[in-house]
Amino acid sequence: MIVELGHYALVLAFALSLLQSLLPLWGVIRSDETLLAVAPVTAVGQFLLVAGSYAALTWAYLASDFSVVNVFENSHSEKPLVYKISGVWGNHEGSMLLWILTLALFGALVAVFARNMPRDLRAAVLAVQAWVSAAFVLFVLLTSNPFARLIQAPIEGRDLNPILQDPGLAIHPPLLYVGYVGFSITFSFAAGALIIGRIDAMWARFVRPWILLAWIFLTLGIAMGSYWAYYTLGWGGFWFWDPVENASLMPWLAGTALLHTIIVMEKRDALKVWTIFLSILAFSLSLLGTFLVRSGVLTSVHAFASDPQRGIFILAILVFFIGGSLFLFALQAPKLKPGGLFAPISRESALVVNNLLLTTCCATVLVGTLYPLALESITGAKISVGPPFFNLTFVPLFIPIIVAMPFGQLLAWKRGDFLGAAQRLTVAVAAGAIAALVFFAMQGGPVLAAIMAGAAIYLITGSFVDIVGRLVRRSSGLHNVLVRALGMPRSAWGAAIAHAGVGVTIFGLAATGWGVERIASFKVGQTLQAGPYTITLDKISPRQGPNYREMVAYMTVRKGGAIVSKLEPSRRFFTAQRMTTSQAGLATFSFGHVHVVISQQDKNGAVSTRIYWKPYVSLIWLGAVFMAVGGGLSLSDRRMRIVGGRRRRLAGADTEPSATPVTGSAS
Amino acid sequence: MTRKGRRLAIISIGVGFVALAAGLMLFAMRDNVVFFYTPAEVHAKSVKPGTRLRLGGLVKKGSIKKTGGQAVTFVVTDSTREITVSYTGILPDLFREGQGVVTEGVLQSPAAFKADSVLAKHDENYMPRDLADSLKKQGLFKHAKGKFKSDKATGRPEQ
Repeated sequence: MIVELGHYALVLAFALSLLQSLLPLWGVIRSDETLLAVAPVTAVGQFLLVAGSYAALTWAYLASDFSVVNVFENSHSEKPLVYKISGVWGNHEGSMLLWILTLALFGALVAVFARNMPRDLRAAVLAVQAWVSAAFVLFVLLTSNPFARLIQAPIEGRDLNPILQDPGLAIHPPLLYVGYVGFSITFSFAAGALIIGRIDAMWARFVRPWILLAWIFLTLGIAMGSYWAYYTLGWGGFWFWDPVENASLMPWLAGTALLHTIIVMEKRDALKVWTIFLSILAFSLSLLGTFLVRSGVLTSVHAFASDPQRGIFILAILVFFIGGSLFLFALQAPKLKPGGLFAPISRESALVVNNLLLTTCCATVLVGTLYPLALESITGAKISVGPPFFNLTFVPLFIPIIVAMPFGQLLAWKRGDFLGAAQRLTVAVAAGAIAALVFFAMQGGPVLAAIMAGAAIYLITGSFVDIVGRLVRRSSGLHNVLVRALGMPRSAWGAAIAHAGVGVTIFGLAATGWGVERIASFKVGQTLQAGPYTITLDKISPRQGPNYREMVAYMTVRKGGAIVSKLEPSRRFFTAQRMTTSQAGLATFSFGHVHVVISQQDKNGAVSTRIYWKPYVSLIWLGAVFMAVGGGLSLSDRRMRIVGGRRRRLAGADTEPSATPVTGSAS
Repeated sequence: MTRKGRRLAIISIGVGFVALAAGLMLFAMRDNVVFFYTPAEVHAKSVKPGTRLRLGGLVKKGSIKKTGGQAVTFVVTDSTREITVSYTGILPDLFREGQGVVTEGVLQSPAAFKADSVLAKHDENYMPRDLADSLKKQGLFKHAKGKFKSDKATGRPEQ
């Protein structure tokens, strides 16, 4: 009964989203306040219905109701509770429902919190969001119904794919979806603005917090996915340039570009056409990713088993939304008034270069991802484009970004002083050069790793040059510096920390060059050396888990004779699915990892073992956390506030010294 | 700088980056793109030894031999042709006789292949699509036990 109610709620949500997609637009045309007021109400109602529908499916999982096909195929009564809850999104149908829930959530958030937006713009934004919702709810109802029943209920379910039975499943998809699907709201803002025909700095101010929010979650989601792959797939790799990873990286690159260009639009009323285009692009790339994953055109760790009907449906959605929004764009973009002027050397120009580089990077990833598909459909030849391709294209394009990042922060709006900025960066350049030399002396190894580490240090130092410069302007006591530090806009801190986060990630990537890998046949009592650590295999014994049996290799890690850690890598056999997975053993030493994976035991009792010593590897993900924290700080800046009391502040002066008054905000 | 001049500058920088990217991509495509073949295709196309490629097929029953230490050899077959693959390292969890496998490495001679990676299959129902297509073409593909019919995810969910 509850399951049927969930299905019914989803049908109602579809009906409501149709209302929401039409009535407010009619209101915009007729300037009818009553019709405009429909949008927020339906947005919240739609969210509640989808949430109810989602809760019903979760209930079916918790109750192990195997008469529901989706539960039967992906759950098991002995499955631990956390995987019953998160297993809902561990399959195509359930994850589509999470997709829709996120869409509806963003609609409801705009309805509830963005109260100070012009009513017609908000109505148009919510209407566009409802178009997207309606399309995807229809997709689920017609092709991927998670509530379908089996006529005869089986006694036991088939269990969730063991690879997915990991805490990562509880964290990675929700984070990623909030980011990925979050760009739907910036898309809706862009399309809404195009419909209304009012695209100005004011619009940029309204949309900016949402871009930041989506970007923060996408950053964390990608990092979490990378970390999950690192410790679970057993290869010690963290990024495979797998097409689906690329599918999440592309919206991230476009979103990062958007995050920067929106500042120019907000402050200087310039680059409007480009900003609107990027808003459309970021979500289009999200849709493309959805198509790639769910249509079965890809071979990937992530791909869901294919069904051509679904692929065609998503392709239709993709074509409709990208085509429709670009059509609107082509219609309205030429009408835009040109924005503020700026000199070739200025903050604006730096951000333009940032955007050009980021979108070019994005394009290389797009080509590398789609080229094999295109080639196969045209010539039938099957090729794989792997890491070497991306290392040769993406990396050289990313290097200028690293060099330019601290420069951009130091250039003033409108007209900047290049030599002055370069002069202020000498500290950072020196720090980077010294770091490169020191690391080369300490670690030896590939020259490239030391250079990259130096570049990372340059970036980290350079990110803070501006702030430190502003804090210690005139030599004054510690007290004054602290007061100034607290008085500094949070967005300035946010930008510095996020930029430094990129540096931290790059340092972690550079350090992979200093890693050590050992593969050996390992017997009980034997000892192996990896980097500064010695690892002893103490014993191998079986252990019983909730829904699996495992063979655990107990190991001791020593450094200079002293025991520093214990490791328990294992091989798990899942009884329901008759499948084996490897659990890596991980020990962290000052940002580095000892990473151990074991394989089957042979006749002599030895296990094939792969041991890595990966110095500083955790910085790769820690850097992403810094980026997200920086984003969060910016989001908490009072100028970003989306709730109430803003109008008064808008009239007042901006606190940031380099800020210029917002122009063209009249509506 | 005038508006027109600025637009021109931005466009020319943009075109410059795109040209750079295109150049890099063409360069990378030349040496870093790997073709997928089955043993029969390796023979039919008379691929030169020394070529880097992905070789896919079924692991022939009884052909897996440990050759000391971490080294192992096995025969990849598509039932018309066979190629012996040598590999050093840990085999994926689901590597088994009679199952599909995709390996990447360098062709040593028309019948010998040295792999540097053996790709994991992530669940029983999953077969690399390249391989499934090739096997289908040759009529070797079986829908055993409802394989490929279930809608289970074959890995982490995303999007």
